[in-house]
Amino acid sequence: MIRIRTLILRRLVGAIPVLAIVSVGGFFLLEAAPGDAVDAYVAGIGGDAQMIDELRQAWGLDRSAAARLGFYLWSLAHLDLGQSVTFSRPVLDVVLERLPNTLLLMGSATALSFSVGSLLGLFAGSRPGNFRDRFLSIGSLALYAVPGFWLGLVLTVIFAVQLRWLPVSGIETIASGKQGVERGLDVARHLVLPVASLGFIYLALYLRVMRAGMAEAWRMDFVLAARARGVPRRRSAVRHVARNALLPLVTMLGLQSAAMLGGSVVIESLFSVPGLGRLAQEAVSARDTPLLLGIILTSAVMVILINLVVDCLYALLDPRVGASEASA
Amino acid sequence: MSILTLSRRSVLSGSAALMASTALPARLWAQTPAKGGRLIVAADSEPRNLNPAMVASNGVFFVSSKVVEPLAEAFFDGKDGLEPRLATSWEGSDDGLTITFKLREGVMWHDGKPFTSADVAFSALQVWKPLQNLGRVVFKDLEAVDTPDDHTAVFRFSKPTPFQLIRNALPPLTSVLPKHIYETGEIDKNPANNAPVGTGPFKFAEHKAGEYYRLEKNSSYWGKDLPHLDEIVYRVLPDRAAAAGALEAEEIHLAAFSAVPLTDLARIAKVPGIEVVTRGYEALTYQLVVEINHRRKELADLKVRQAIAHAIDRKFVVDTIFLGYAAASTGPVPVNDKQFYTADVPQYAFDVAKANALLDEAGYKRGADGNRFSLKLLPAPYFNETRQFGDYLRQALAAVGIDAQLVNNDAAAHQKAVYTDHDFDLAIAPPVFRGDPAISTTILVQSGIPDGVPFSNQGGYKNEALDALIAKAAETLDPAARTELYWEFQKKVAEDLPLINVAEWGFISVARSSVKNIANNPRWVVSNWADIWVDS
Repeated sequence: MIRIRTLILRRLVGAIPVLAIVSVGGFFLLEAAPGDAVDAYVAGIGGDAQMIDELRQAWGLDRSAAARLGFYLWSLAHLDLGQSVTFSRPVLDVVLERLPNTLLLMGSATALSFSVGSLLGLFAGSRPGNFRDRFLSIGSLALYAVPGFWLGLVLTVIFAVQLRWLPVSGIETIASGKQGVERGLDVARHLVLPVASLGFIYLALYLRVMRAGMAEAWRMDFVLAARARGVPRRRSAVRHVARNALLPLVTMLGLQSAAMLGGSVVIESLFSVPGLGRLAQEAVSARDTPLLLGIILTSAVMVILINLVVDCLYALLDPRVGASEASA
Repeated sequence: MSILTLSRRSVLSGSAALMASTALPARLWAQTPAKGGRLIVAADSEPRNLNPAMVASNGVFFVSSKVVEPLAEAFFDGKDGLEPRLATSWEGSDDGLTITFKLREGVMWHDGKPFTSADVAFSALQVWKPLQNLGRVVFKDLEAVDTPDDHTAVFRFSKPTPFQLIRNALPPLTSVLPKHIYETGEIDKNPANNAPVGTGPFKFAEHKAGEYYRLEKNSSYWGKDLPHLDEIVYRVLPDRAAAAGALEAEEIHLAAFSAVPLTDLARIAKVPGIEVVTRGYEALTYQLVVEINHRRKELADLKVRQAIAHAIDRKFVVDTIFLGYAAASTGPVPVNDKQFYTADVPQYAFDVAKANALLDEAGYKRGADGNRFSLKLLPAPYFNETRQFGDYLRQALAAVGIDAQLVNNDAAAHQKAVYTDHDFDLAIAPPVFRGDPAISTTILVQSGIPDGVPFSNQGGYKNEALDALIAKAAETLDPAARTELYWEFQKKVAEDLPLINVAEWGFISVARSSVKNIANNPRWVVSNWADIWVDS
């Protein structure tokens, strides 16, 4: 356990420079984009020169980039994410309002792709090269090649517009007054299509990693030894081969969490889910720097935490991991 | 109801049908409206400020016009093309220095306080004139508002101001705010900016960011037996394909502002229970305009500008880019404006040979690669059609030997590049004609506008005769004489081409057939919807 505690401590300390780099980098990236928040605002509504000057002053955009970055970092050091220009509200409030939806969407999609992907990978890898393996491998590759938004649109047309089994979009029925379990079921119904569109695409990755890991493990000495001892093939597939192939899958889980955040931008817009991805897109087009940096930082924290959990899991699964860090 | 819902074919058969439809009287059928129910409409954005008295823009009006009312609303038939709202009558003095409004009696704010002339005076002097994006121009000479009694407001101007202009500005510019809510604290930080309080048929109930706005029936509305609906819900659907899907799945009743893309209309019009409606936007005409940077030597030459005008096939633009849901432009005032439009202006027929000849005459011979010169073309990103027209214009210019380099930007970058940095040669803009050239049209060609002002002349064009004409029209009181000045204005713009008007269009609504009383005024989509109802 000391091993894991040291690991957590080290990772958390290491996260501070990561977050600093992410926020400064994000600031300069948005700074490099032409036009500021006032440009984005008046492009929509028009206005005269005096109004534009007044807005720049009110939103603090008349100061130099260095001054604004300094001010931002100073606030950040006091754990203040600042005010969103487009919402005229604290960034933290806006972000926290959307975060649960994104976590729900990402979490469900990850659970779906991980569980179904590794299960199918187990089937494919239990007899590498046979018909079942070929079919699953090719099928999953085809699914991986499909763009998420297209899959989303097709699923919507079939299940929401034609069959009307599921709602077209949104996170829950509007102003329905539903509470408790009823509300939970309502949200679940709304999540089916977005989770499927997001999850099915990443499913292929887990399937293929699992299958490849298993194909390799079959050739390992201990598996051959087990087979020679007379352990039935089905039993060694699960107990010896699959268990070994599971480790790289856990690594993938950590890596994919970041990719899924990116994918959720598209899926959230398509299904009108009020989440962080869609908010990020709106923040970029409105040049709402504090809001965008707030979202980037939140996402970075999320990715760091997920990877920390993955590392801990890894340490539990594989005694070799973290041993060197603990003894160092 | 077939009158309201033009089929796609009849629209395609000629923009004349679209334009002629504006003359049709509004309520041709009688059906007893059903009471109650919820109307769900698609909204594609959430404005940061919902106060229509400060931000006169269609995105804001779409939601807030049901809550906060103007002095008068646009109307298909009726005196001055107006229908009374908070004002019951308006009278201008002969010297153009005063306008007297009689206000409606017995009107209550949503919080139960009475509406009086003090609210109008406060809105005019504290909000429209100093803060509103359009009111800053129209009400710049407003000096005082006298309130001899609770239901009379007398606007006093320091300089003669055309009554015609103020009348035309009443629907979009005169949303009245409650003085008792706005008089304390800074107006632009008032919480009511995001939860408006008005006198309209609907009260603002809630906004769930990223999900919806909900409005509730105002049961003490001044309109007799109005409104019909219990609730209006605006569902935020940023994705256009989602809006069409939601309509088909009967999750929403109405998608306005062309939320369903033009390319989807032919298909969706065939779905039973769904209608495509082209009316209800006549007073919100958008214009497709090529903005020209006159600082470029080649473009400062009238012959080159004429050549570009001749190189554009307006019919192709209307038929292929707008799929027939638009009309070709002749000048800076749209064809469907009954007050000011004149067809008596120089026209530029599609003629590639003539365009080539004009460019040769101007001295820009084709080089070895077939090009005469290169220029930078920046299409505005706000509509699919402005971007598509950018692609088309590049090809049309290539045919006359002008090599146009397309630069596609998002809204903020486009605004900065064109209107602040002037880093463009040609740009494509979609300005709005708002019922009077003085509101937002003359600014497109007038000189002396500071850098950074969007939808204004940032192309460095300066024409003293045209500037003088604009200034004269701004202070001409007699409507007939003023209208004539604007005919002259249109002629001069078409002659000298400070910019090139290509096409003009209104938006399209797609609605479930169960929604009644839609599209019954020229600003219907941004009017109060008191009489809309749903047939269940």
